[in-house]
Amino acid sequence: MMPLPAPALLAGAIDPQLPMHDFWPFTLTTIVKLAIVFSVYMVGVALLTYAERKISAWIQDRHGPMEVGPWGLLQVAADGVKNFMKEETYPAAANKTLFILAPMLAFIPALLTWAVIPFASPLPTPWGLMSMAVADLPVGFLFTLAISSLGVYGIVLAGWASNNKYALLGGLRSSAQMISYEIAMGMSTVAVLLLAGNVNLNTIILQQATMGWNVLLLSVAFLLFFVATYAETNRLPFDLPEAESELIAGYHTEYSAMKFSLFPISEYANMVTASALTSVLFFGGWDIPFTTWDNLPPWTVTKTLLTLGFFAMKVIFFLFTFMWIRWTLPRFRYDQLMSLGWKVMLPVALAYVVVVAGAVLALDMAHVARGTKAFSGALLLLNLACVAGLVVWMDRGRVVSPAASRLRGGELNRLRAVAGRSRLARVGLER
Amino acid sequence: MATRTVDVALATSGLDASGKPVRTPLVTDAAGNAIALNAHPPVEPDFGGEHMLINIGPQHPATHGVLRLVLELDGETVVRCVPHVGYLHCGFEKIGEYRQYNQIVPWTDREDYLNSIGNNCAFVLSAERLFGVDITPRCTVLRVIAMELSRIISHLVWLGTTSIDIGAFTPFLWAFQERENVYQLLESWTGARLTTSGARVGGMMADIPDGWLDRLRNFVRTFPRTIAEVDGMLTRNAIWVGRTIGLGAMSASEALNYGLSGPMLRASGVDYDVRKDFPYLDYESYDFEVPVGTQGDVYDRYLVRVEELRQSVRILEQAIARLPDGPVNVDDPRLILPDKHRATSEMESMIHHFKLVMEGPRPPVGEAYVPVESPKGEKGYYMVSDGTSKPVRWRIRPPSFVNLSAIPKMVEGHLLSDVIAINASIDIVMGEIDR
Repeated sequence: MMPLPAPALLAGAIDPQLPMHDFWPFTLTTIVKLAIVFSVYMVGVALLTYAERKISAWIQDRHGPMEVGPWGLLQVAADGVKNFMKEETYPAAANKTLFILAPMLAFIPALLTWAVIPFASPLPTPWGLMSMAVADLPVGFLFTLAISSLGVYGIVLAGWASNNKYALLGGLRSSAQMISYEIAMGMSTVAVLLLAGNVNLNTIILQQATMGWNVLLLSVAFLLFFVATYAETNRLPFDLPEAESELIAGYHTEYSAMKFSLFPISEYANMVTASALTSVLFFGGWDIPFTTWDNLPPWTVTKTLLTLGFFAMKVIFFLFTFMWIRWTLPRFRYDQLMSLGWKVMLPVALAYVVVVAGAVLALDMAHVARGTKAFSGALLLLNLACVAGLVVWMDRGRVVSPAASRLRGGELNRLRAVAGRSRLARVGLER
Repeated sequence: MATRTVDVALATSGLDASGKPVRTPLVTDAAGNAIALNAHPPVEPDFGGEHMLINIGPQHPATHGVLRLVLELDGETVVRCVPHVGYLHCGFEKIGEYRQYNQIVPWTDREDYLNSIGNNCAFVLSAERLFGVDITPRCTVLRVIAMELSRIISHLVWLGTTSIDIGAFTPFLWAFQERENVYQLLESWTGARLTTSGARVGGMMADIPDGWLDRLRNFVRTFPRTIAEVDGMLTRNAIWVGRTIGLGAMSASEALNYGLSGPMLRASGVDYDVRKDFPYLDYESYDFEVPVGTQGDVYDRYLVRVEELRQSVRILEQAIARLPDGPVNVDDPRLILPDKHRATSEMESMIHHFKLVMEGPRPPVGEAYVPVESPKGEKGYYMVSDGTSKPVRWRIRPPSFVNLSAIPKMVEGHLLSDVIAINASIDIVMGEIDR
């Protein structure tokens, strides 16, 4: 992450000399991109279900699917066929229109958010430079936030339209959870936008290539965003909307066949999007670390392929983390979830925006140029201090080493009563 | 079917004028009338219709069988909880009145089915007191091994299902893999995994097979590693701690008043363990400790049960070390079947075998009750004999049932998710509750 000549890069997302201006090439390449991204995305989501089962199996010391195809690889296809062949059932008292609409509403936003995520460096074509995002919108990040919050409608409507109390509770939990964490999520990313000075995701990537990855410069924002993505995707430890031990299956209790299947698919699609966003906002997106070769023109096919590979590695790592955490942690309780969102994450995010804004202002006033080592180093130090403070303040011995756990060395011995004397005498029950 | 006349002096006070059993109130006022302890708190009538009635079970993933809880919710807060039992009623006790003592043993498999061989041993302990039999030293130690293995199975299932109920899936599979090891041991001993029917009046159904002790030693050596893994995963986990501390807390006096026993009672700080207080099977000669909690909440119940797993391992180690050679069954032809080879080759033995199987051993007139420490709590089989080969009445003292009776007291005021955690912490088996 060598510092780059910053002003040239921050001026625009893509080298302005070679945009793809003509109508037909633009339309055709967009359609091709759309088809490829959609197919890869859907196959990836399907394979994710396989990966989840295999990874959970490794964590739990078992094999996972092994029967269908080599190492169970065709399990995905078998599940798909099963879901298509199954009977569609409708609860008698369900609101049928909304009941059918809900899975679509959950699924479509999950797909849409991917449209603005840049997954590689621009590709040179005979008609000009092609941005490697389906739609490289100038308002890219705002689009993601807007669309991803639509996903909650699908879940709430599913819970409501099923006319089932468990589903209703799941839907209610989901709406409260996603709204709470969306605020914290949005607030945590304000700091990123402050540094990048733009909401275009390619610009944010180039900013990180210039200054260093945001995970170092904005560590607290990363931590908040990371936790919020888990709540946004309804994954453990935040899977309360479908908490199977409490609410049977939560909002999709009454769903069957492909309509049911759309909910897990949209959950996995959301996971992919969340992982991609985490890597774009905090881990440099398609930036290859420790080199600036990939961030500078001339753009070549090799660069595009390499950056695509690095982006995929980052996304896969975060997808793995999603699964790793799911099979390790227990689930929060509803009130704990709410108090974490409103009493911890939101205030921390707000305070952090002030801190970062102040720091950037101070550095600007001290004439420390952005992109210099001094600028990045100052932010890094500030963030180390912030993270340390957060752990000491928020944790107070609870999260990292739970003081609330009463099982400390000596106390274990108190748990064990002294054998050999009459125990019943203590409670006045002696024979 | 001929009716049998019961002419036994019962310890209970009998029937009242209307023919119903006399019930002696536990707590009376000055006038001698029964008064209720901890009367149900009056709940504000829900005139506005703001409360939601939700039915958890009998088909619900977290009710551990067919328990049904009717909850009145205000938002997600439980205002009232009414448990319903009886969906798994099988009439074990009535069936037992038409079975010989050894024929009842398979029924004891099926009530608390997580503790089947422990139940077998507990049942024959009562029956042996009725028959007036002293079992052999080898059988005593084998039964201790059986009961502790059974405690380990039961606690492992509890640990796994509770962690699922609180959202952690992985400890469940780790626990079930160890449980599988124990089941393989039991299978090679008794021929069955779940329904072992391993004990007989006067001995065991079979001696342990060759090499079995080595396999048990191996299990005892490796099992603490799994406990440590689960311990590392849960005990200090912030979410686990946050989900369990302060939930369903029962003080020592409340726990005693509700008649709780086993880990439920010990988590509340009462160090009552039948193995220590009314020892059977020479438990007084084993060196083990009884873990006791302080707060009586779900977390303490978790700690107590995990520690009990370790203590069971200690008992198993000592039992392996002291297992004597010698016969398993008592040398009493009125109780024990003749050798199979002799029964098929000698006429006298064949007649002996036939009469023992068809008529069954006959205990003297009397009654017997031997409490044991089952994984769920104090369990015992009470049986009354009129001198025939079948009991006039036998009854199970089900710890799960008594422990479950405290659930309304424990869950009211908590959240819906807590109901699941608290219900899991009771460690109920519906087979035992409904019988």
